[in-house]
Amino acid sequence: MTEKIQIDFDKINKSLDISDKDKEFKKKCLKKFIEKGFPNRKQENWKFIDINQIIKKNIGDLSFFNDYSLPNEIDTSIFVDGLEHNKIIFINGRIEKIDFNYEDKNKIEINDEIEKKDLIESENSLIYLNNAFTNKTFKISIKENYTLNKPLIIYHTTNQKIKSKSINLRLDFDLEQNSSLKLIDFFADSADKNFINILYNFNLKKDSILKNYKIDKFKNDNLKYSFNNMEQDTNSVSETFILSAGSNYFKNEINCNLKGKYSSAFVNGIFSLKENQQHEIRTTINHLVENTKSYQLIKSVLGKLSKAAYQGKIFVNSKAQKTDGYQLSKAILLDETSEFNAKPELEIYADDVKCSHGSASGSLNENSIFYLMSRGLNYQQSKELLINGFLLDVVEKITDSEIKNLIKNMIGLKE
Amino acid sequence: MDTREKDIENLKDYKYGFSTDIENIRAPKGLNENVINFISEIKKEPKWMLDFRLKAFERFKKLKEPNWQKPKYPKIDYQDLYYYSAPKSMKDKPKSLDELDPKLLETYKKLGIPLQEQARLNGIAVDAVFDSVSVATTFKEELTKQGIIFCSMSEAIQKHPDLVKKYLGTVIPTTDHFFATLNSAVFTDGSFVYIPKGIRCPMELSTYFRINASETGQFERTLIIADEGSYVSYLEGCTAPMRDENQLHAANVELIALDDAEIKYSTVQNWYPGDENGKGGIYNFVTKRGLCKGRNSKISWTQVETGSAITWKYPSCILKGDNSIGEFYSIAITNNHQKADTGTKMIHLGKNTKSKIISKGISAGFSDMTYRGLVDINSKAKNSSNYTQCDSLLMGNKCGAHTVPYIKNKNFDSNIAHEATTSKISEEQLHYCQQRGLNAEEAVGLIVNGFCKEVLQQLPMEFAVEAQKLVGISLEGSVG
Repeated sequence: MTEKIQIDFDKINKSLDISDKDKEFKKKCLKKFIEKGFPNRKQENWKFIDINQIIKKNIGDLSFFNDYSLPNEIDTSIFVDGLEHNKIIFINGRIEKIDFNYEDKNKIEINDEIEKKDLIESENSLIYLNNAFTNKTFKISIKENYTLNKPLIIYHTTNQKIKSKSINLRLDFDLEQNSSLKLIDFFADSADKNFINILYNFNLKKDSILKNYKIDKFKNDNLKYSFNNMEQDTNSVSETFILSAGSNYFKNEINCNLKGKYSSAFVNGIFSLKENQQHEIRTTINHLVENTKSYQLIKSVLGKLSKAAYQGKIFVNSKAQKTDGYQLSKAILLDETSEFNAKPELEIYADDVKCSHGSASGSLNENSIFYLMSRGLNYQQSKELLINGFLLDVVEKITDSEIKNLIKNMIGLKE
Repeated sequence: MDTREKDIENLKDYKYGFSTDIENIRAPKGLNENVINFISEIKKEPKWMLDFRLKAFERFKKLKEPNWQKPKYPKIDYQDLYYYSAPKSMKDKPKSLDELDPKLLETYKKLGIPLQEQARLNGIAVDAVFDSVSVATTFKEELTKQGIIFCSMSEAIQKHPDLVKKYLGTVIPTTDHFFATLNSAVFTDGSFVYIPKGIRCPMELSTYFRINASETGQFERTLIIADEGSYVSYLEGCTAPMRDENQLHAANVELIALDDAEIKYSTVQNWYPGDENGKGGIYNFVTKRGLCKGRNSKISWTQVETGSAITWKYPSCILKGDNSIGEFYSIAITNNHQKADTGTKMIHLGKNTKSKIISKGISAGFSDMTYRGLVDINSKAKNSSNYTQCDSLLMGNKCGAHTVPYIKNKNFDSNIAHEATTSKISEEQLHYCQQRGLNAEEAVGLIVNGFCKEVLQQLPMEFAVEAQKLVGISLEGSVG
């Protein structure tokens, strides 16, 4: 692999019009990635689901070269109906369109000349891979006191032109003081067997609010990895919702640093998996100062031969007194071949804290099914009703009612 | 001075911190085939035992020391240790307690473990292990009448080779992890228990471990076999002298429960924890594993961990037989610079297997406590269930409490429930107690004992009282 990746890298680097400094940075990242390779189960964070094996099995020979010189045609049929929104469209990892039509142009700054620095000194080789191969990184800044009129939807799409490729993309967001952004990541794929590696950096200043909804609903054979890094200042709020259902493999990783007092982070997730899917959510919430709060709720419904894993970590620094941290993961296993793994971890160095976690997994309760059947529903209906109720709990956590209804409609949950 | 204060006074210089000046026989320093031959020879072991050791040693040479654990420690030089140390008077094993070196008897008396049977009020049979050898086993005759075998491991190898050969290494094979393999190569003594079919052991069996010699590692090996329909309750206690050096204690404990058998294993671990600056103390790296081999068998671990500089152990249950039950009750207390990384593994293989984990961790001072546990329900373990509860209590903001549970469910018929909380003693609780006339320290003691109650209840009576006291004492100086 090493030779090939180097050849692909040189090929891309030649065609890119970037500064020497950036080129150096990319080279450094590539070197780090080659050193480490794709993560495997020997690494603690990849213990449950081994991406190295999955890539080998599903894609085999991965190619790293993408031709970004030609634009792709935008397929408007994928656009979300019934909700006015701003758009960013990625096709095969290339930004095709950035459209903030509903907003005051002075309040949003889009910059593609951003300083690349060694972000996150990390063990995670996929971040190095991302930085080595992203062709263009945009930074979107929301100005002080500005709340976007409409949500922003980022479409992640692929078309038939691409196969067995590694696609890397990255966006940085700056939310200045008292600003607010609602961001929906919407995945719609026409291509198969690609490895998509997404990196977001969020910088939340004082009093800002970020709401990020990730919707991976349509069945596809791609492997996806998404990393959200969040830095949160005083009194900022982040809310993340993940619907993890469509891709063959999807790992969502969230690293959140609560650096300012009274900041809070909420992570809610649903796994709804069918045949042969393997999904994972891993969160690290670092409570670094006093009076911070985090809340996590993950629910899974697992079908035949599917596997889900949840690794959640709450870290509480010795300075972070009065921390409130909570994690709950619940799973319903529908088939004897489904598997659920959890590692809810607490690492606590302060005494005046309230931290707890719970995890439960099992099958659907036969008594509940019996109850519903005795009231006239058939077996299938009873089962669906119970699963709906189970998952609805998570969707109800969404604080934006418009988006909540959109998501409810999308996944066919009824109240 | 009331009794509690006296206890505290006593503890200030770790009551068990004395060492006995006694002549020793030691194996040459270092770890190699010769030392293993020496150990085997001095114990007059048969060839198969020596082969077992050498095989383990062969593998040990290829193993790397693990380092994934939370408490890090300076590298141990395995060549700079004595692997065998025994009181000289034990060379020709005394026939009865009367012949035992008075110094040894005195030591055990000081520790509160009277070996003279007439001195005993309650019937607990004791096997006393001093450094590398078992010095005495009490109540032997009474047990023999029922067909129960309770003796030192060395004796068992001589007298009951068939049983030892059949079961030794079946739960912890020579191909296990680093410290277990090291133990398989150099283990010196320990207890052996065999309870025959249908017998309910009439008294508590107990082993008392004592490290005395310096620069010595203690590597004991305990094997307990409960045959069909039998029951045994086994207690284990440990202490060591105060020394500036860190001493290694790497024991292996294997339990095997056949059909309908039940083993209850309780530990009160009070090795020397080091002084308040974290100097000295025992490294307690122990492998404990129980196999519920037969149907309807049950293994229950109860531990009170208050001592040791570093505790690193996971008493585990392999639930192989259908309907078998595994239980784990633990209190781990760390104070000053102590560190603990402990928990359990419940591996469900058979149908209708159940497991329950109750873990209470308390950390104070500069200490660090980690609960690490695995619940693994295999795809064949239909209708199994697990319940886990781990609570941590923090005292002060210089200490840490961590919870790292691994939960794997591969069976849709099975249920796993896990809860964990971390908190401190609330001001309201303290206020309430103090209002009723307790001072701050007593109030903390009371609250902590309440916090640990679920586990303390599991201990046999004699131990429960001791453990309760120990809990209070270990936290001395951590409030206010």
